[in-house]
Amino acid sequence: MSSFDQVDLSNRRAMPWNAVPRERPDQFRETVAGAVAAGWRIASLFGMPEGAGAGETSIVAILANDVRAQLGAVTTLVGDRYPAISRDCSQAEVFEREIAEQCGVTPEGHPGLTPLRRHPADHIAAARVAPPVSRDEYPFHRIEGDEVHQVAVGPVHAGIIEPGHFRFNAYGERVLSLEIALGYQHRGVERLLETADRTRAVLVAESIAGDTVIGHAGAFCGAIEALARSRKTPRAQSIRGIALELERLANHIGDLGAIAGDVAYAPAAAFFGRMRGECLNLLMTLSGNRYGRGLVRPGGVGFDLPPGMASEMVDRLERLRAELAPVSGLMFRSSSVQARLEGVGVVPREHCERLGFVGPAARACEVVRDVRHDHPYGIFRFVQIPVATAWAGDVFARALVRWLEVQRSIEFICRQARSLPIGDAMVPCGELAPNELAVAMEEGWRGEIVHVVVTDSVGNIRRHKVKDPSFHNWSALATAMTGNQISDFPLCNKSFNLSYAGHDL
Amino acid sequence: MIDLLRTRLRQGFRTIPVPQTSADLPERFRGRPALDASRCVDGCRECIERSPTPFIRIGPEGVPEIDAGSCLFSPEEVASCPHGGIWYTRDHQMATATREALVSETGVVHLARALDEKSRRLFGRSLRLRSVVAGSCNGCEGELVALGNVVFDLSRFGVQFVASPRHADGIVITGAVNTNMLEALRKTYDATPDPKLVIAVGACAISGGPFRGSPEVHNGVPDDIHVDLWIPGCPPHPLTILDGLVRLLGRMEMGKSVKSVE
Ligand code: SF4
Repeated sequence: MSSFDQVDLSNRRAMPWNAVPRERPDQFRETVAGAVAAGWRIASLFGMPEGAGAGETSIVAILANDVRAQLGAVTTLVGDRYPAISRDCSQAEVFEREIAEQCGVTPEGHPGLTPLRRHPADHIAAARVAPPVSRDEYPFHRIEGDEVHQVAVGPVHAGIIEPGHFRFNAYGERVLSLEIALGYQHRGVERLLETADRTRAVLVAESIAGDTVIGHAGAFCGAIEALARSRKTPRAQSIRGIALELERLANHIGDLGAIAGDVAYAPAAAFFGRMRGECLNLLMTLSGNRYGRGLVRPGGVGFDLPPGMASEMVDRLERLRAELAPVSGLMFRSSSVQARLEGVGVVPREHCERLGFVGPAARACEVVRDVRHDHPYGIFRFVQIPVATAWAGDVFARALVRWLEVQRSIEFICRQARSLPIGDAMVPCGELAPNELAVAMEEGWRGEIVHVVVTDSVGNIRRHKVKDPSFHNWSALATAMTGNQISDFPLCNKSFNLSYAGHDL
Repeated sequence: MIDLLRTRLRQGFRTIPVPQTSADLPERFRGRPALDASRCVDGCRECIERSPTPFIRIGPEGVPEIDAGSCLFSPEEVASCPHGGIWYTRDHQMATATREALVSETGVVHLARALDEKSRRLFGRSLRLRSVVAGSCNGCEGELVALGNVVFDLSRFGVQFVASPRHADGIVITGAVNTNMLEALRKTYDATPDPKLVIAVGACAISGGPFRGSPEVHNGVPDDIHVDLWIPGCPPHPLTILDGLVRLLGRMEMGKSVKSVE
């Protein structure tokens, strides 16, 4: 039997399901924990019920080696319990909470098996009885002490914000710990992806996180295309790349505005707010929808970028670039703004490595981690966007990484739009190969998105596992808040701007 | 400071007038869906079989009808008709006062009209809304947030989002109303003092949107919560939301006087 790192797997490739190395549960645990200790990262870890009434569940781990652009896979077959990986591997903690809840399988020895989304097990082996769930009880961690108090926020928040619950243990204004209870946006996305036909499933994929339409649709299509052996044209890849970077632009600029707003730097907040709209309008010109819905489809893109539109896009981006520079210059140079952003909400690099944070949150701790660079796919195999990093791991660093990425994305889009390869925007994408597993990763604006799809013996989808970058990064927010003032929470929160919908599925 | 002023001046005045015509929206913009049943070939029901959503269906009269409230405005939905009988117009106006008004045999909807005189006196000049997000994707929320920017500038109509339901005249519901938020939604509704307005924004809140049929969602706002304004879209364009709100408040006239310098 080959080992996890000898499988023929990389980003947007499919492999036979029965070629995934199968190990005994205790061996599996050691393999995954050992791989992480050796520098691999858990890209996905999930349960998949097996049929035939034996009540068994396959636990599947997808491991990423960012240096070698390599993916590994390993699986094990378990009954109602197995030895938890997270006993000695923190990266697995949140994944194993998810497995316990979705599949009704207990990872034994897990350090904190609290509910993740509070829903009945919807991926439980047919022969098993689902454990009861409480939708409203959550065993919050409580710190005792004379002057220690708890502060509860949410689920309904004081703005136009998705629902979620934050529980602080605080000593005066100082935060001792922050616990984040999510699941309020849970809609049952994975089951929908597994049961809907492809035409509807892509619409569901576009609605995993409404600010990451291109990112999730891209990963969804990447997995489907790998299983269908469909090859997109260079033109389609280029247009997808343009759309992905437009999405990044819109969101990063919006976040810079929100950060400026939170430190009461009103002029920048207003400018950035409008410029976010400008980027969304560019996506609308291309796709007919401000968030790019309808564009990314299995086989390519639903809308071509004709020459006239491409040159208009370049003009508008050049104008945007000219307008952005002085505004962000103002923001990043202003000492009063700097004073509010520096040293606040620090994520230590060591935490980032241990817990496997992704996206700008990781890059702000000087961790070079970017799917476009580490596991290049589509247009990014030919055109490299330099990875933007900062080192302090604080709110300022996260804002700075965004600003660097904004500039590089504009550069990339203009270059692509000026020299689009000729060819079709869309090619047919046929039936899925049976009994295979495909992995598609995408660097969404929040970080690494992973979709894993496994097919059954007739090529129907057995399991569609979605991992939004927020799934990794919510605990980064909790880390960043420890030791800070409660009043800095909104600012800190905005500097991550994580998705509730993407986490809750 | 000088830099700041200079930058500010360069930005100019950006707020757009309302009502806006759809003429400024790009060619590919997918607005209100339309149907021409005269193109239907005898007994053809292909759209119904092929559409990924139930936005097209056979009405009580046996003829096809469009439900803008179930539409996700995807290219696939209109492509479900092989005879070109369904398409998207570029009309962004489609907010209605009743759920039924979103359904028609042509796609033309009966747009919402102003509140009655009494309610208008109560809410017409100042409307404070509380947002409740219940099983959404955060797309609709993105557009609600955009309404506050300098381009759409919702506050010029006296509409504001507030932090507590107790300070609110009404609630805006987004999302398919999932089990995990149902109780919080009801509590927020109850905490809003009477008389109150309820506004359902987006396909999710109207019909469950892309999540319709999932065992975890309730396919939109529950029947026992009376909705005063239905705003379709996935997500609705900010102008669609703005148009609905301005209509409801009977402020179309006032809107005309807000001019853009460009
Ligand atoms: S209607 Fe569409 S955009 Fe709005 S919350 Fe639902 S899926 Fe998202």
